[in-house]
Amino acid sequence: MEHWVIYILNGLYFASFLFLTSLGLSIILGVMGILNLAHGSLFAIGAFVAAWIVGAFGSNSPITLLFVGLLAALGVAGVVGLALETSLIRPMYKRALEYQLLITFGILLLIEDLIKMIWGGTAYYASKPFTVMGSLSIGDNQYPYYFLFAMLISMLAGLSIWMIMSKTRVGIMLRAISMDREMAQAMGIQVGRLNTLAFGMGAALAGLAGALIVPTTPALLGIGMDPLILAFIVVVLGGLGSLKGALVGSLIVGETRSLGIVFFPEIELPLLFLIAVIILVFKPEGLFGR
Amino acid sequence: MGVKSIIFKPKFLVYLGCFILLLFLPRVLPIYHLILFESGITFAIMALGFNLLLRYTGLLSFGHGALFAVGAYAVGMTGEYFPDLYRIEILIPIALLASLVVSTIFGFICVRHTRIFFSILALAVSMVIYALLIKLYHITGGSDGIHIELPIMFGKSFEGMKRFEFLSGAYYYLLICVFAASTIIMLAIVNSPFGKALQCIRDNEVRAEMIGIRVRRYRLYAFILSGLFTGLGGAMWSFVNGHVTPEIAEWMFSGEIVYMTLLGGFMVFEGPIIGAILFTYLRLYAVTMTQYWMFLIGATLIILVLLLPEGITGGFVKLVSKIRRTPSTGVA
Repeated sequence: MEHWVIYILNGLYFASFLFLTSLGLSIILGVMGILNLAHGSLFAIGAFVAAWIVGAFGSNSPITLLFVGLLAALGVAGVVGLALETSLIRPMYKRALEYQLLITFGILLLIEDLIKMIWGGTAYYASKPFTVMGSLSIGDNQYPYYFLFAMLISMLAGLSIWMIMSKTRVGIMLRAISMDREMAQAMGIQVGRLNTLAFGMGAALAGLAGALIVPTTPALLGIGMDPLILAFIVVVLGGLGSLKGALVGSLIVGETRSLGIVFFPEIELPLLFLIAVIILVFKPEGLFGR
Repeated sequence: MGVKSIIFKPKFLVYLGCFILLLFLPRVLPIYHLILFESGITFAIMALGFNLLLRYTGLLSFGHGALFAVGAYAVGMTGEYFPDLYRIEILIPIALLASLVVSTIFGFICVRHTRIFFSILALAVSMVIYALLIKLYHITGGSDGIHIELPIMFGKSFEGMKRFEFLSGAYYYLLICVFAASTIIMLAIVNSPFGKALQCIRDNEVRAEMIGIRVRRYRLYAFILSGLFTGLGGAMWSFVNGHVTPEIAEWMFSGEIVYMTLLGGFMVFEGPIIGAILFTYLRLYAVTMTQYWMFLIGATLIILVLLLPEGITGGFVKLVSKIRRTPSTGVA
């Protein structure tokens, strides 16, 4: 029985950073209509920044450093996102789908090699906060507190995005754009500026997710590839531009992965796709899609 | 419209000329470049199939790498488990059959969506193949992949022969013939009523449905046809490369397929062919020049998208029409 609790909690941990990644992807896709293939690279930037900060500055207070790392990752990825949007993505809004996809694919290639240039090809370890936090015992099993911490951060981030989207003026304008771009523009909303904001927000979320994973996995080249693919599945499952969809989608993916790794280690990923396909056959717009 | 009407077009003479030139290529080109060229040709077969979806159906697949891998692994696994069948005249139908099955399944899932969701879905399902190739390592060889032996070709065994001798000899001519046949078949497809129906769906889905075209089914057919060409390209490529690894099923390779098609220019029928061959060279030079080859490829891709969106052939066509138009507008 206790094993089950552990498996499910592991799934929740997995879902928590997947939620952040796919939320960012979903915001960008929903508001701007652009599928950001470079999202995994922003995730990687977050991971490298956080791992570098936690690893580089002494060992006295790993928890504080972790917070600094999380904030720095959020900031750096956000700034990179803003810069990308204003320079390369902005000319793409009126272009055909294939160009939008290709430009983000080109950005992905650029960033992957930029990471290699800046941080070299070596792995960065930042497991200190993880060990310092210790673990909770559930029956005979240990469950790291860090996982709970990651869930908390992810929930907080999700909650603040929800607050922004539903309560503030900016959020309402963003939702208006995602519903009808031209009408929003006609009503005097500054679509261009809000696009930049949305992209920066999505990028920052990806960076935060990358920073969160780093205490348990070393930051390696190509670290963002798996989360990207899984975030795609989450977005397809949950439906476009829906916060609830991103949440439920990442829970499904996270739990399926966690339980799949235990029971069917070989077909854990195909199993995920099977579930996705079954849902899509019955509900092509995704669980919470419009 | 059919094969006949294509053959009697003046353009066909150009094709014929190119084909004859290609026959003499092994005498001119050094062996290293010849092999590079051959892998470019296999990519070209694939790009033809890819462009049936992109240009003629309006669907951008970001998962064609997996279909390419299906063709290549069909060859590799047949060699591994059924050595008796390791004859090229059997291997190619096997590869086609395998890609038929896989692309039918994938197509069935993917064509439920269009535009961006189609791309995401294609990418996602293609990663199933990648995951299976890695995870089922006791069958597929995992990340080490499978070595491809030289096949028996029409009863002639090449045992003991060096690969480059095989590639510069009989295999080259077979490849060129397969390529020529693929090009002509694809030309026939895009000019057939079926091809016109696809373009109609691309331009206006609602209208297509109104005039009685079964939109989703036609998209599925296009996906399957595209998958067949891609699988064929993969099978032909496996012999050139001599080794297949799961990397070709990864979505990064699918991205490269999109890149080569755009490099050549997807609005022109021959564009993807030129793009595929050029890309093979470009990628190799980038890899040998610097360890940051991804940066180089990415930068060229961004420049291409920003400055030359119609690709090389598109840019050429534009240039030609500009030159032709200038004098006449001067008179008027």
